[in-house]
Amino acid sequence: MSTFVPSTTDLASRLDRETPAVEVRDLRKTFRRRDRKAGRFARKRPWPALDDVTFTIARGECVAILGQNGSGKSTLVRLLSTLLINDGGEARIFGHDAFREESTIRRLVNRVSVEASFFKKMSASENLSYAARFYGMTPRQTRTAIPEILAKVGFPPDRRGESMENLSRGMQQKVALARALLTSPVLLLLDEPTTGLDPRSKLEVQDFIRQVRAEHDATILLCTHDMTEAETLADRIGILDRGRLLFLEPVEAVKQRFGVETLEQAFFAATGREFENEGQDEDDEYREVFA
Amino acid sequence: MSGGVGSTEPPRSAGTGFAGAGAGRRAVEMRNQLVGLLGIVERNVYLTKRYFLWDLAFMVWTIANTLTIVFIARAANLSPAHENTLATKLLVGATIWAFLGIIFEFMTEIVAWERWEGTIEYTFMAPLSRFAHLFGQGAFAVLYGLIRATILFFAVAAFIGLHAPRANYGAALALLALASLSFIGVGIMTSVLPLISPEKGAQLGFVAQGLMLVVSGVYYPVSVMPEWMQWIAKISPATYAIRGDRASIVDGAGLAWANVWPLLIIAVLATPVGLAVFRRGERYAKKHGKLKRSG
Repeated sequence: MSTFVPSTTDLASRLDRETPAVEVRDLRKTFRRRDRKAGRFARKRPWPALDDVTFTIARGECVAILGQNGSGKSTLVRLLSTLLINDGGEARIFGHDAFREESTIRRLVNRVSVEASFFKKMSASENLSYAARFYGMTPRQTRTAIPEILAKVGFPPDRRGESMENLSRGMQQKVALARALLTSPVLLLLDEPTTGLDPRSKLEVQDFIRQVRAEHDATILLCTHDMTEAETLADRIGILDRGRLLFLEPVEAVKQRFGVETLEQAFFAATGREFENEGQDEDDEYREVFA
Repeated sequence: MSGGVGSTEPPRSAGTGFAGAGAGRRAVEMRNQLVGLLGIVERNVYLTKRYFLWDLAFMVWTIANTLTIVFIARAANLSPAHENTLATKLLVGATIWAFLGIIFEFMTEIVAWERWEGTIEYTFMAPLSRFAHLFGQGAFAVLYGLIRATILFFAVAAFIGLHAPRANYGAALALLALASLSFIGVGIMTSVLPLISPEKGAQLGFVAQGLMLVVSGVYYPVSVMPEWMQWIAKISPATYAIRGDRASIVDGAGLAWANVWPLLIIAVLATPVGLAVFRRGERYAKKHGKLKRSG
């Protein structure tokens, strides 16, 4: 890519290579919600979305956090991308406090979420230019950068001017990846980037994540409930269960620790529940609303 | 793809490098914020182009609505000259109502639109200052509102056959532009409402708009209102905009200092207060996880 975002690369080049990309210590987030069964005027109850989560990610590492719906994965991503304020603990990104140095963090981080959120009437190119302006990229810079990044993610050039609403989910997700990469983040937060995609689009997105890792100095936090995806893409895997991080280790170490052959079995050994059986109790249902 | 994700290459276009530090870095940051502000304007241009026919339909509705007000002058059984004056005064009030309506719509819906499209989290996690974000939206609203107000005024004037031979359009436009700074400030305050209440916040913004116009003498002199309302009128920027624009269009008056200085003071106060209110609302939304919730 021949066009740069000045301040982002400026920050990136000044980052201490020895400083971990992400340091999270005792991170807590609790939402309050009224218990439906207790009636309309019942007091709101606290629902912990993240409960004393601690982990570290080294620069250049790809870490996958596995968890069912409502386990707290998206809350973790939102906390690290300055979209939520913590209730306790701390999070540092390249040594910067995620809750006190928001403007610095915002230049370092970008995110791809499960919903490829765009202005539906605008085209892929227009959506990307709009997003790029927030990072200081001028029209002259995006004129070359956008076609290049779209080509990189395998987006057909003849559809750049088409409204987003006419594109398939897979195409939209490619544009979402392009949006995140266009701003040159040093930490990429991927929140279920392949959920809902057809098998072919899923493989294309996964290949592109591998390519980003192979070619660039990016740190990736991948939150997913796809165990195969986590196993094939990540250096280490953690399981987040009802807001608690059970472990974060290389996949072979996880299997050895529980004496099992698959991650599904490891999840069962760690929690006593099947990974596929989510949302079984009332707590899970409430957690899904926010987490 | 050099210089892409996680690049450690020095910037090609920043100019200052990181050795310059201090003032140089601030200049780069200011440039980035200005580019971001223009990005908001650019996005609204794209959307206006996409929704052009809808906007045209809305314009027809606004003209029809304004005619229902201006025709009141015809029914008042006045001499032709007095009827013309009354109709012009009503038209000025209705035009400013429509102008203010656009500003409040754009400002109040800044959160609601992005929530609807799902882009709100991407905007709020971008390194764009809230000032640039909100002021970009306000700047487009003013430009768009001024174009609409001009079309509305001349369309209705032509339809009803109004004559404003002494009109000082330059002064009227300048006063409206000055008042816009205050309107944006007040609009920023109301734009926080959908952050606090995703369900009903946007409607409350329109309540604020209505209240402001009621006390500002939109179709009548402020003097006909109860005294306590007249006191509230003094802090409404619309009071000075309506009064000054009426004088400019009907009597050909220039910019009057009596209208300019209150607007300057309100503008200087309203924008920082609006930003402070918005930041508080944003903090509340981030604390309670209300940023993303759809209404």
